[in-house]
Amino acid sequence: MNETIGLILLIVGVSFDVIGCIGLVRLPDIYNRLQAATKCVTLGTCMILLSVLFYTGFNPIAIKALLCIWFVLMTSPTGAHAIARAAHRSGIRLWEKSVMDKYADDREGSEDKA
Amino acid sequence: MIVFISLLVLCVFLCLYRVGKGPTAPDRTVAIDILGTLVVGFCAIYSIITKKDLYMNIGISWALLSFIGTLALAKYLEGRGFDE
Amino acid sequence: MKRFVHFLLLLGIWLLLTWSLHWQEVLVGVVVALIADLLLGDIFPLNAVKILSPVRFFWFLVYTVTFFFYVIKANFDVAYRVLNINLPIKPGIVKVRTKLNTEMARTFLANSITLTPGTLSVDIVGDHIYVHWINISTDDPKQETEIIVERFEKLLERVFE
Repeated sequence: MNETIGLILLIVGVSFDVIGCIGLVRLPDIYNRLQAATKCVTLGTCMILLSVLFYTGFNPIAIKALLCIWFVLMTSPTGAHAIARAAHRSGIRLWEKSVMDKYADDREGSEDKA
Repeated sequence: MIVFISLLVLCVFLCLYRVGKGPTAPDRTVAIDILGTLVVGFCAIYSIITKKDLYMNIGISWALLSFIGTLALAKYLEGRGFDE
Repeated sequence: MKRFVHFLLLLGIWLLLTWSLHWQEVLVGVVVALIADLLLGDIFPLNAVKILSPVRFFWFLVYTVTFFFYVIKANFDVAYRVLNINLPIKPGIVKVRTKLNTEMARTFLANSITLTPGTLSVDIVGDHIYVHWINISTDDPKQETEIIVERFEKLLERVFE
């Protein structure tokens, strides 16, 4: 029973990983790539780590896997946030079909004043 | 298990494609960040196969170290564009 | 008091990682937790009195369940957009306002925004969060705030403030 749940979690997790990586290749600009890749790969890896709990039972391996889920959930969005901010500040514009960019508008306004 | 490992290897190659082609430096940084998270998944699958907690130790250290590496790269990219 | 709570948290994480109560492991854990607490205790933004209240734990549990529901929804959303041949995206950066004041609550809010459907937080300036939105559906700042921020703001207000 436990192995079945673990197997389902593994299948779903690995498919989300693959979808995230396809998004990383297909989407047009860095911000969209960050969205797809961060969301899908974070949840996919968390599901793989959770399946460790169902495969091995409750023992030191599972405890470490749970701690690792917590670390990944905390660090991955923060890393994405840092990259997005750094990309915008180093002057990379949005995709040409984007609708609006209020961040660039506000930043240009403040630079004009200074 | 071999199927899951091959699918993850496929993911790694997709990331490496983005590292090689990525038109700008932040694109490459994103791909490196995602590679770090994928390696944690590899470690988890290996610890299921071998039933040893050695691989989970590697996974935890890898998650934290790749986060610090991403932050350092982001800081570097930010400092290059504007003097703020 | 604050430092003592930090010390207990660090020691707890150490004991979970080693998963043994041999006296050598515990001794090393106590020493390492003391050193880390003395060196870095100042930069850890946590109020020791707040963490001990059971009402906050209850709301934190509610927050966790809501969070995972939205994370799974976000993944199916991304899968739909990526696997569609026409790439149905309409991206842009919008500006939303938050009422949260403490650093911890804002960190959790920004991380939740990043992992929920179609949004990615880019920067925080003052009270405003700049959010990259993959499929902009409205032009009105009030509605944007309603859609992006409010589903977590009420819960996080109860947990952290």
